[in-house]
Amino acid sequence: MTDRLKSLTAKSNLPFPSIVQSRSWVQIILISIALLFLSLVLYIPAINVFYQAFHKGLGPFLHNLSEPNFQYAIKMTVGLAAIAVPLNTVFGLCTAWALARKRFPGRTLLLSIIDLPFAISPVVAGLMIVLLYGRNGWFGPFLQERGIQIVFAFPAMMLATAFVSMPFVAREVIPVLEEEGFDQEEAAYTLGANSWQTFWRVTVPNIRWGLLYGILLTNARAMGEFGAVSVVSGNIAGKTQSLPLFVEEAYKGYETEAAYSAAVLLALLAVVTLVLKEILERRVKC
Amino acid sequence: MFVYLAIMLFLPVAAMLTKSLTIGPAEFWRIATSPLALSTYDVTFTTSLIAALIDGIFGLLIAWVLVRYDFPLKKLVDASIDLPFALPTAVAGLTLATVYSEKGWIGSLLASLGIKIAFTRLGVGIAMMFISLPFVVRTVQPVLMQMEQETEEAAWSMGASSWQTFWRVLLPPLFPAVLTGVALGFSRAVGEYGSTVIISSNTPFKDLIAPILIFQRLEQYDYAGATVIGMVLLIVSLMMLLVINFIQVWGKRYD
Repeated sequence: MTDRLKSLTAKSNLPFPSIVQSRSWVQIILISIALLFLSLVLYIPAINVFYQAFHKGLGPFLHNLSEPNFQYAIKMTVGLAAIAVPLNTVFGLCTAWALARKRFPGRTLLLSIIDLPFAISPVVAGLMIVLLYGRNGWFGPFLQERGIQIVFAFPAMMLATAFVSMPFVAREVIPVLEEEGFDQEEAAYTLGANSWQTFWRVTVPNIRWGLLYGILLTNARAMGEFGAVSVVSGNIAGKTQSLPLFVEEAYKGYETEAAYSAAVLLALLAVVTLVLKEILERRVKC
Repeated sequence: MFVYLAIMLFLPVAAMLTKSLTIGPAEFWRIATSPLALSTYDVTFTTSLIAALIDGIFGLLIAWVLVRYDFPLKKLVDASIDLPFALPTAVAGLTLATVYSEKGWIGSLLASLGIKIAFTRLGVGIAMMFISLPFVVRTVQPVLMQMEQETEEAAWSMGASSWQTFWRVLLPPLFPAVLTGVALGFSRAVGEYGSTVIISSNTPFKDLIAPILIFQRLEQYDYAGATVIGMVLLIVSLMMLLVINFIQVWGKRYD
């Protein structure tokens, strides 16, 4: 912008230099304000996570890593994601395909409904699950008779995780599917491929980057979810405690070091997510 | 697909609706407008709104700087905007509570001025600003990219001042995007729990927010109390969805 103006002024001797000067000053000031705001809200807190975790060296981190409750929380978080992510991927793919390819009554409504889990507060989502499967809930008596525990146990945590991370895949895949259009799929059909073959050989390769992007976001949310899981888990250390819950409990129990050891793992997950996101975004654009 | 949707989404919503219906309108109203509940709405909605508006201003500025100017590490700054989406909220709450506490890096500076942030409403506001910032930036950025610089240059060359160019030429088409971002950020902030529960002292009538009140009611096995406040939040989120859709339709008039 400035360069273009400068070349203009050089050619035509218009009284632009003063404007150029003031513009660049405005630029510097605006950039500084933006960076200052970002530092205060994002960067300093983000750096602080790593500083707090490692300022005494790797020792405390490795020590905390060997704690059984900590290890259990890691397993729990990985386990939750390992179930919720594939579930939501399959669901997201089916929904996206149905919404992009088929015309049926209530289609627009469904399009807004799949976004609902984003609009609903995670705590309210957790509350719903308690009202459904809890002791006084709809299925409470039925489950109790059979001795099945859902609330305050892994199944409810899984349901909560799947609930909050539900829309990501569908949301990322729908626009890609709509852009691709039917042509290639129809071509495959006329060449004699069945729907299964068409789906795996034509549709999936076409949407793979969008799909991966959706899976990435689903995973980040599933591993990091706190509110909904917290409501339904009962937060029992070593039993129903995922990594984000461990962070909170350690902090409230004045075990700041343990809290930051767990936090730094989650922060690393966030960094990896952002890096992969950046790579995938470039692929999607190509 | 419909089965999954039914089990995962419709059933839970139905469970909550029927629970709230069994409470009865009079009792529902009594719980929904109890002084404690009212104070949590005040803290939740007012703080969320202020946080979203501040994000609206700075988010617009950040989007502008990212789209229009060049500076070192710009790519990195751009990528980092999504950090609040990727960082688990418990971690955000933990680190904000540390940094803004009286002994923290930023908190200690402000403490000398007599401003306390962590464990007050201000802290809740900072956490809300943190989590809703990407909504504004990411909604405004694409709109700003599509706008042609020629329009501003034309306004300038016709003698408009920078100020006039900003208010008359730039802001009108950007405004719906900023508003959508603010509305999205607001509804996210209203429902936020993970970061706010850690940075707030959770003192009733001071900095206790509605989602945390739901949680406390559940801990006391007061399902009716939790459901009523949950319904209030649910209704507000649904209204916000409508508002956002409306803003987007209204914003299309510039296309």
